[in-house]
Amino acid sequence: MDAHAIIAALEPLVPGAAYEAGASVDFATIYVPRDRLVDTCRALRDAPSLRFAALVEVTAADYVPRSPRFEVVYHLLSIANRLRLRLKVRAGEADPVPTVQGVWPSAGWLEREVWDMFGVVFDGHPDLRRLLMPEDWEGHPQRKDYPVQIRKATQTYEPLEISEEEFKANLQRDRTRRMAH
Amino acid sequence: MTQADAHLAAASLRRDLAGAEGAGGHGLDPELPFITTTVEKIVQWARRSAIWPAQFGLACCAIEMMATVASRYDLARFGAEVFRGSPRQSDLMIVAGRLSRKMAPAMRRVYDQMPEPKWVISMGACASVGGVFDNYAIVQGVDQVVPVDVYVPGCPPRPESLIYGIVQLQQKIARSRA
Repeated sequence: MDAHAIIAALEPLVPGAAYEAGASVDFATIYVPRDRLVDTCRALRDAPSLRFAALVEVTAADYVPRSPRFEVVYHLLSIANRLRLRLKVRAGEADPVPTVQGVWPSAGWLEREVWDMFGVVFDGHPDLRRLLMPEDWEGHPQRKDYPVQIRKATQTYEPLEISEEEFKANLQRDRTRRMAH
Repeated sequence: MTQADAHLAAASLRRDLAGAEGAGGHGLDPELPFITTTVEKIVQWARRSAIWPAQFGLACCAIEMMATVASRYDLARFGAEVFRGSPRQSDLMIVAGRLSRKMAPAMRRVYDQMPEPKWVISMGACASVGGVFDNYAIVQGVDQVVPVDVYVPGCPPRPESLIYGIVQLQQKIARSRA
């Protein structure tokens, strides 16, 4: 199934969305308008001829100085129909992309990584924290205009992420659970 | 152990321990059934002869570190082959590989958990100065996080280099005050 066939299958399911086939050397690539992303993903997951049940990867590319500068990329896999598909969404620095966590729960960490590295904001994401960089890091390192060889003092101390009360409560919970067995 | 073996072992022990100030001339005499030495000497000898490294492999240098311990190079010859999973049982940390900024607090915590006296070997170019990773993500030398005793150069260092570094550390321990 090439990009045009997938677009033909999608168009009756998501009326009014303008899809575009993208250039690709491996598997089908389609550009999706940002405001129809969630509808499109849900149709891709649920339509019997498509059944893209697995979200394999979310990443992005920075094409600065092009405007809009980012393309957010989603790789999908349909195990039932033996298909792979790449979705691309164009986004500027100030344009939030809707989260697809409601369609594929695995999107949570993948979108956190894209936000961490590129600063693309995912609208509706319940927990948009840094994933790879330290929590208090400034800037988004995978942007083309990020200074790579920066000098910063190394942080050697990290406070415990759990309070004493929480620790004791966890201990108590585990003990009672073990007693129950 | 035969009598000849015992005699050899005693002679080697005498060589290791004797010669301390105040030890007198008896230390090297193979005919005497006792050794004279100082407490400091024997403590230094005990410390340097059984170094227990903590497992701290961070990257490809750790592969060479494993080869150092394995049969071909056999770090046991130098008494430092007992790698421990717990820092509380270790007195040497071999930082093998590039240290990312996010890993730095974890490494500091492992170091703080080690009992005194403790030593650190910075293994390879990345651990020593950042190596090829001159970027925001990698600490440019682990001496920003923990005090380093011996730097082993190489990318990665061969097992011979690491063994040489450990021998250097043993000499340093022999020279330091107990």
